[in-house]
Formats: sequence, C-alpha cells, structure tokens
Amino acid sequence: MTTRGIDGFGLLCEKFESQGVATRLYHPDQIPPARLLEINPAGWGKAAETAQLQQWRWCGVWAEDLEAGLTVNACLEHQGIYLILRTHLPDGQNSLPSQAPHYWAADRPERNIQDMFGIRFEDHPDPKRWVRHQAWPEDVYPLRRDFPVAGRQTEPTPPDSTYPFLKAHGASVYEIPVGPVHAGIIEPGHFRFQAIGETVLHLEERLGYVHKGVEKIAEGRDPSSLARLAGRVSGDTTVGHAWAACLAMERAAGIEAPPRAAFLRGILAERERVINHLWDLGALCNDVGFAFGYYQFGRLRELWVRENQACFGHRLLMDRIVPGGVACDLTPDTAKRMRQAIVALRKELDELITILDGNSSLEDRFLGAGFLSPELASALGAVGFVGRASGQSFDVRKDVPYPPYQQLKVRVPMEDQGDVSSRFWVRHKELRACLRLLEQMLDGMPAGELVAPWLIPDADSEGFAAVEGWRGEILCFVRFGTDNTIGRYWPRDPSVINWPALEKLTLGNIVPDFPVCNKSVNASYSGHDL
Amino acid sequence: MLRLYFKIFKTGMLTEKLPKAKPAHEADQAVEQIGHALKTVVDRRFRGSLAIRQVDAGSCNGCELEIHALNNVYYDIERFGVHFVASPRHADVLMVTGPVSRHMEAALRHTYEATADPKWVVAVGDCGVCGGEFGVSYASCGAVGNVIPVDLTIPGCPPTPQALLQGLLSLCGRS
Repeated sequence: MTTRGIDGFGLLCEKFESQGVATRLYHPDQIPPARLLEINPAGWGKAAETAQLQQWRWCGVWAEDLEAGLTVNACLEHQGIYLILRTHLPDGQNSLPSQAPHYWAADRPERNIQDMFGIRFEDHPDPKRWVRHQAWPEDVYPLRRDFPVAGRQTEPTPPDSTYPFLKAHGASVYEIPVGPVHAGIIEPGHFRFQAIGETVLHLEERLGYVHKGVEKIAEGRDPSSLARLAGRVSGDTTVGHAWAACLAMERAAGIEAPPRAAFLRGILAERERVINHLWDLGALCNDVGFAFGYYQFGRLRELWVRENQACFGHRLLMDRIVPGGVACDLTPDTAKRMRQAIVALRKELDELITILDGNSSLEDRFLGAGFLSPELASALGAVGFVGRASGQSFDVRKDVPYPPYQQLKVRVPMEDQGDVSSRFWVRHKELRACLRLLEQMLDGMPAGELVAPWLIPDADSEGFAAVEGWRGEILCFVRFGTDNTIGRYWPRDPSVINWPALEKLTLGNIVPDFPVCNKSVNASYSGHDL
Repeated sequence: MLRLYFKIFKTGMLTEKLPKAKPAHEADQAVEQIGHALKTVVDRRFRGSLAIRQVDAGSCNGCELEIHALNNVYYDIERFGVHFVASPRHADVLMVTGPVSRHMEAALRHTYEATADPKWVVAVGDCGVCGGEFGVSYASCGAVGNVIPVDLTIPGCPPTPQALLQGLLSLCGRS
C-alpha cells in the first residue's frame, strides 16, 4: 500500500481497515484524478456505510462485463477527491450488497445495473426494475458481452403497463398519471401524482422512455465517433458531455489537449451555460404565466445562439470538441464580437432583472415553491444549480479544477433558501459569473495548437473525467478495447442525481405548481435514460 | 411596471422576414419537392392554418431546442397560422423527433392513432429521418418512418429554425 496522508481519504482508508473492509489501493496514476480502491464484494455495503458516516458524497455506479468477469465501480467524492471503489464478482456470483440503504442516490443507478447487467443488489430498499420497460425480457441483460446490439426482439414493443407504482389509499385521495407524451415541447417521461384536492401527497417518476442504448452502441467506436455520440447524450449539454468523454479518452491515451484548445473548450462550455441559463430563466417566467420574461430571455438566448453559429459554426456547438482538442478557433475578429456581446448582455440583464425583481406576481409564485432543504439536498447529493440553491457549494471547476479552470478565478455563487426563487436567482448569478469567466478566457487566450496528436491507447487503458456541465457535475468513464476502439463508455449526467430531488421538493405543493417546480430543476430525460 | 412597458417599447418588433427558400443543397431540395406536392392538399384541407403536436419519441433534446426557438420573437411561427397544441386530438400535424426508442414505440403509435384524420407526420432531425447517430438497435427503432407513416422529413442535427420553418411553410402552403 502507498503512504496515506491524514486527509479525508486517508481517514476513510483507516476506517475501512478498522471496519474489516478488505481493500487494495492502486497507484494514484491508475486513473487520475480519481483514486482507485479495490474492495472485497462482501464489503461493498459496509464500505458505503463507512463512507457515508465520513460524509463522502455518492456520485455514481457503473458495471463492466470483462473477460475476467463482472466488475462494479462506485464513485464517491469528498473535499475535492474522487474515489472509485471497485469490486470483482467471483465467477457464478451475480449479487452484491446494496449501497442504497446508505445513499439515496444509489437507488435507481443500482436498479439500472440490475436491468442492464443482471447483478442483483442485496438489501436494496426498492429492487423493482428501472430502465427496463418491455423492449427486452427480464432475464436478458443488454450490456452483457453476449447480448447483440440489435437485440433479439422482432415484434413491436408493447406499452409498459405493469410497473408497480406506489399507491395511496383512503378517502379523497386520487391519482394523476402524466406522460410519457407531455402537453408541450418536452422530453417524454411519466409522472404519477397522488393528490388530495390540489395538494401533492406523493410523486413518483417513471423514466427510461428515451433509453436509446447509448452505452451499448458506444462499444467498438473509435474516439472521434464516441465524441460525436457523447455530444448527443443530452442535446442541451453537447459541449459538457463531449468534453467529459474526450477528457476521459485523452487521459486513457496519456495525452493532453494543448492550452489553446483547453481555453476554447472553456469558452464553449461557458457559452453553453449562458444559453441554457437564459433559456431557463425565460422558461421559469413562462411557467408562472409571465410572458414578458419568457420573450425577453428567449430573445437574448437567440442572439447568443446566433453568435455561436457566427463564431463557431454551429448554433448549439455540437461536434466542436474532438479527441485531443477542438475543431474550431477564435479569430481576433470573433473575440471582439464576443466581448461586445458580453457587455451588451450585462446591460440587458441589468434592465431585465430590475423589472423582474420589482414584480410582485413573480415573487408570489417563486417564493417558497418547491422547497428543498439544505439537509435534504446534502442527503441526496444534489449537484449543480439545484444543489447550489440549497447550500451545496460543490463545483468541479473550483473543487477539482481541470484545464483551463486551474488558471482562472472561478466564482461559485450560492443561495440557501432552497425554493424555486433560489434556483432562479442562483442561475442568474451563475450567468454573471460565466460572463466574467468568458472575459478572463478571452484575455488569457494562449497561442498554439488546437489538437494534440492522438496516441493509440493500450487495450484496457481506462480514463475518468469530471467536468462541470451547465446542469452540474458530469462524470465519464472510458475503457479502451483493442485497436483504438471503445470497450466501455459510461457517462453520468447530473440529472441522474437531481431527478429524485424533484420528487421530494414537489411534495406538499399544489399540482398547478408542478411545472414551475419541474422547470426549476430542469433535469434531462435523455441524459438520464441513455 | 412603467419600466416593463418601457422595455417592451424599446425592444420593438424584431420578427424577421423569412429569406426566400434557397434549394442550396440536396436536403433543401428534397424538402422543397415533397413540400410542394403537399402544398395544394394542405391549402384545401387546412385552409392555411396548421395545428402541430410535437412528439419527442427518443430525441436527445437538441431538436426540441430548435423547435422551441420557432416560438421566439425572431421567428414567431404563429404569424403564419402555425401553432403548437397540447393534445394530438387538436392536431393536424405530428412533428416527431427521433430516433424512436423502443420504449416510446407504443406511445408514438397511440399518439398517431389519437390524431384525427386527415393528418400529416413530419419527421424532424437526422435521427428522426434516418436514425442518425443512434440507428437501429435493441433499444431504438431508428427512423420515425419505421414506426408510423411519414409525410415530410426535415433533416439536420438539429435542423435550424429556418430549416424547420421552410419545411413547415411548404407544408401549409404559405411560402
């Protein structure tokens, strides 16, 4: 074992030892920036219990069907250190103690693995299926190696009408099923409300409708092709996911994007944050019937989207990030344009925010709606603006910085009131912080190459990356197979963590406030369902 | 409140004239051709007013962003009599983005059946048109046309609001 400091990580290792969780610590270079710790399958649940007591945040779980057998990895974070726990299931064993009793966030991701790999989690509080509807049978696991990409079902897929929703009983309780096809231009998903009068007693989300087999169809792709697919995990986060995937692949290959490319990636990512936050601010206004805000913010967003087209050649910035660097550049002319747009947007925001701030009907609907307490946000591990509106300060750009953010002054605005209003204002503050970051990057833009030459990684090389997408922390794990092909791709959108928060913060609100509560979280369906 | 009205006044009218359709590349031409054939029929049946029900049947949400943009002040699609409705029962057109995930297959069929005849289906985006980056797999049926009959396709990843407008206008006969 390597030497251990007395930081949170060292402390956790000591606790593991005293709890009898057998571990093997890998060299820090195995999968940077994360630490890798191998655990005996029997200690999987105990490890989570110990980590939870040490206040580690649970970030995600993924499995792999390797030639050596089934492997499960869980990712935790504490004080800016990512820790990956890994366990190998012995031949013939396909069950593992669940971590869900200790971490709420683990509930659905473990059920997802159960559906995709056929690994059963013992003592799981609610082991019903999750991502599986009716496209494949119960005893078949799409992410196993012997499962063909095309699947084996030739008949049309029947609707999923047997999912066991929680039922409320009693006088005057009624149920409202919503979706999967919603009454707007939105992604599909199902919400099952139990209500009394107008008050929501219970809300259960049913997702998985847009499951497109992203992880399976990623296998065998080359790096460029994976970057394209990653850019379509969630269309509004195309920069975020492409960046995470490229960073993970670059780490596996042992290369680094040139400094200019890193700055350009930063600019693309912050621009993505700006357009999405503008859109959300407008959409939040729209969901409480304040058309003025909707149209004004929509106007500003369109201006920035057009700037994207003019400066980088794509309105949503798809396919601008490629393995090794970027596929776009900044000329002095476009840099000047961008600066002017930043100044103009600030002025517009000053005007609009004064108007919005003085509007009592807006305040009436936002204040107190959809309350998520800081304690609950922490227990759920909420990330991004949902976490930061409830006092959770974590931001990858600041806490586990990656290029170019190591060279920048990153300000992470916070709110702690935890309601729709907080999530509105924290977005506005983030927007302002984004503009400053953009200016910093324009000022400090280094000269040089745009793409680093690609090195073909050895078979089995693995890479891990965490980047701060506009919704929050995006994680990505990549393992290469032979001949520069992808063996395993696991993206984790922040929505996976934040969806359960919506269930909680909707409770006790009236049904008509659900749209604005939902929009205030704005989790991605596609990024969740994969 | 005065500030609000002042801002509206200052912002003024931003809605843009649609540039003349230019069949620059083949994709545009295809839209033009199919659109032209449909134009006469739609003129007669829908009297130039079109109600659209948008169905995301498995999209990455990129197409939805651009469809949303049709409602912003620059494109203002309602000026052409085109509006988005909340129910397939009210719709003349289903605007479907894909690829159609197998988990949405039944819901898409039901939505199609729930839409009153005569109706048109517009497949939007590369994925809806041909399966795009996702293709056909255990989880995806690929193109919208593999599940329900399609009358018009608007390719692009995602198609720009202008491409969407041009496609739709050719459909409702106002271009």
